[in-house]
Amino acid sequence: MLFTNNCNPAQLRHGARGTIVSRACLLCLLFAYGLTGFAAVPQPPQRGEDLLLTDNQGGRYGGTLVVAQRTEPKSLNPVTAADAPSREVIGRLMADLIHINRVSQQTEPALAKSWSMSKDGRTFTIRLRHGLRFSDGQPFDADDVVFSFQLYLDEKIHSPQRDLLIIGGKPIEVKKLDQYTVRFTLAQPYAAAERLFDSLAIMPRHLLARPYQEGKFVQAWTLASSPDEIAGMGPFRMKSYVPGQKLVLERNPYYWKMDQNKNRLPYLDELVFLSVGNEDAQMLRFVAGDTDIISRVGAENYALLSREASSRGTELFDLGPSLEYNFLVFNLNDLKSKNLDRLAAKQAWFQELKFRQAVSAAIDREGIVKLVYAGRGAPLWGNVSPSNKYWVDQSLPHPPRSVETARRLLREAGFSWRPDGQLLDRSGQPVEFSIVTSSSNAQRMKMATIIQDDLSNLGMNVHVVPLEFRALIDRVFQTYDYEASIMGLGGGDADPNPEMNVWLSTGSTHIWHLGESKPATDWESQIDQLMQKQMLALKYSERKHLYDQVQEIIGANLPCIFLATPDILIGAKKSLANFKPAVLEPNTLWNVEGLYFAQEIQASALSR
Amino acid sequence: MKGKRKLVIAAVFLVSLHVAILCAGFVAPYSPTVQNRDFAFAPPTRIHLVDSRGSWHWRPFVYDWEPRPNAIYEYEESRSGRRPVHFFVRGAEYTVAGIFSSNLHLFGVDAPAQLFLVGTDNYGRDQFSRVLYGGQISVAAGLLATLTSLLLGLLIGCVSGFYGGWVDESAMRCVEIFLVLPWLYLLLAVRAFLPLHITPVHAFLLLVGVIGTIGWARPARLVRGIVLSVKTRKYVIASRGFGASDTYILRRHILPETYGVLLTQAALLVPQYIVAEVALSYFGLGLSEPLPSWGNLLASLQQYNVLVSCWWMFAPALALVLISFGYHEVANAFHEQLQSGST
Repeated sequence: MLFTNNCNPAQLRHGARGTIVSRACLLCLLFAYGLTGFAAVPQPPQRGEDLLLTDNQGGRYGGTLVVAQRTEPKSLNPVTAADAPSREVIGRLMADLIHINRVSQQTEPALAKSWSMSKDGRTFTIRLRHGLRFSDGQPFDADDVVFSFQLYLDEKIHSPQRDLLIIGGKPIEVKKLDQYTVRFTLAQPYAAAERLFDSLAIMPRHLLARPYQEGKFVQAWTLASSPDEIAGMGPFRMKSYVPGQKLVLERNPYYWKMDQNKNRLPYLDELVFLSVGNEDAQMLRFVAGDTDIISRVGAENYALLSREASSRGTELFDLGPSLEYNFLVFNLNDLKSKNLDRLAAKQAWFQELKFRQAVSAAIDREGIVKLVYAGRGAPLWGNVSPSNKYWVDQSLPHPPRSVETARRLLREAGFSWRPDGQLLDRSGQPVEFSIVTSSSNAQRMKMATIIQDDLSNLGMNVHVVPLEFRALIDRVFQTYDYEASIMGLGGGDADPNPEMNVWLSTGSTHIWHLGESKPATDWESQIDQLMQKQMLALKYSERKHLYDQVQEIIGANLPCIFLATPDILIGAKKSLANFKPAVLEPNTLWNVEGLYFAQEIQASALSR
Repeated sequence: MKGKRKLVIAAVFLVSLHVAILCAGFVAPYSPTVQNRDFAFAPPTRIHLVDSRGSWHWRPFVYDWEPRPNAIYEYEESRSGRRPVHFFVRGAEYTVAGIFSSNLHLFGVDAPAQLFLVGTDNYGRDQFSRVLYGGQISVAAGLLATLTSLLLGLLIGCVSGFYGGWVDESAMRCVEIFLVLPWLYLLLAVRAFLPLHITPVHAFLLLVGVIGTIGWARPARLVRGIVLSVKTRKYVIASRGFGASDTYILRRHILPETYGVLLTQAALLVPQYIVAEVALSYFGLGLSEPLPSWGNLLASLQQYNVLVSCWWMFAPALALVLISFGYHEVANAFHEQLQSGST
């Protein structure tokens, strides 16, 4: 353990970690609390420390914020963790160089004090803040940045972020210019390159260099690791973990943001992540007051909460439509190598554009919003959610539901009807197919049931087949043994670049036709060109124009039939001040360093 | 005498329930799959005899309902239009038992009003109609599976008890294995092996087959016991002495003795198998949407908000309780009759 200040009572308490049962340690703990009243004392700003002045003001120190997670985090390793709960925790332990403000959706300085881009858009120079320290008190400088990118780019580590750092087929080059300056060189210009740095955690070289050299980096920083082994630049640091129950973080006393009164953030003493299985259990915990925030609650539960919001002292937020898009996709994969003749026969329908247009015209999107999201959602006609205000193509047509149009389109495509109403294709075969969807996602199951009913109006015989999530992914991405599926994507960033892997014909999530060696259709090759162009264009207006065209091509050719997006619904205790949930993930804890409890609740929070 | 009266009451109740379920198309006012997307989770429609002005009407009536603005799943009566309830009205086309089709319904109201006796589900489908149609699947599955079980049990029990020896030994060991099987898990396992995309008819037959073939063990053992005791009775031995064949003895002397036990077993097994079907469908392994069965109707109660705010979604559970209760009363009465007959 490293002590920078021997009289620091927080460190005294640090020494007693994990042996609460022992009476001596308990005394020690009480002594520590008696001296300070707080868990870990925020360090006063030091000379030469380049702290970031934030808009926060008037906050009070103290209090514990408790939030629930549906599943436990699997790892605390920022390079290898891929699951959302892990990333939610890691995001609070770690910091990035340049950060996307979740409310304004624009980039802002974080560990980087400033940055500049060369005129050709290929070199990117970042100047770091001086005199900052990791949560264990060790200094932070350019070596840590270079080391962190070395980890992300190491092929052996298989970081999920690695793909994003390969630009024009080559990894980004990272070079230290001096102790506080780093230069990044890109193989080709990249639009909005500064957005790449968001959520890429900067890791401490002094703790991780050795496991990395020994080839044990992938096993480093698990949940079982001792908190002393983990340090970051985030507002909190690891305190304890009880498997299956909770994960406790405490204030990072060296955090690099301060409020208007030059008080070092964060205000909260502790942040606790409880493991609470499902939405209904989370509801119960939130209503009982065990947790302070409930995020991504369903519309029906939101309605239940809103009935009693004022009496319970909770505040509810409907942030409007999320960035996620749910869609119906037909299997247009190349099935030559697969032994799926019956499916291949049905593909003749799916490949017919008028068939897909007819399906789209017959779907009651408003009905989906009403029945699936209880009215708290938005219908979609394209892949960009209306809440993505910088990128949505406002001129995209929103044709209303029309069974007549659908029937006309089918007639034009050579379909006909039997006297009993069953739709027949050109060769007289009845149109019958199944929609697979995840059995654990009740909302998509409901969408499937509504679509089944809508398409029965056209004489299509549709079966809904719920599958276990992994079996579904296996069918859609590996065996291609499905006819149609309802899935959802998006929700991460507002920028089009993370969407590249969906719309490029070679993309790994080019869901309707995977593994295309060259674009299968003209419009797919057009999308390829436009997406590449917008990635290289550096001006927003130019990129927007190109991405609008992409949205129009997608809307006209309907590789996916977009359905709806849910509102982001969030509840929090009223006493939680400065709480500003955002549409971008993480929706609630993005500004956790500025959160604090108003006075009266603080006492109960402490006694918890 | 008291037992007999109970039997009659239970039997009348059961028969009327079964007739209502069989003629679901006639009794139910709507088709079970028609969605009313403006009326999701509507509570049961109120039936009035007194109108908003306070005057009495002999013919019951309903008012039009409208979604309450800016609220979800909340509806209010608009007191403008009074829609009397009519009997024997024309409505959606249906067939009874696949034999004759009609569009005559027992009751109904004029459009645009709708009469949801026990509310609607998430898609605005009439829950009363769905419970009746769902009963067709659940009860038919129960009855057919019982028939399968009893036939198998009778056959194996008779053969095993009558011939004895290694046939008996092997059959009875088999029975023991089937009795110790945790049948619910077995059902789940069997269903998991089968193809996912099957037509509703196949799914139904499969359900019946799986439930029926698992439950034959207990009736087989009971039948065997009776056969064992009957075959040593003097009139059977005498009959054999006169040169009667095995089949004659089985048909003439032994089978009639098993009927009482079989009837009691049937009355016990039917509700048990209905519950088995409900359990399978509840876990999503039975018939799929949009066809109703009591199990997949109850599955919507897995959602917390439905559980706490839509009490009418429990209607299939009530039907299940009533039908099980009826069958158990009948089984009890049979049992009492058997006892009084044997003493």
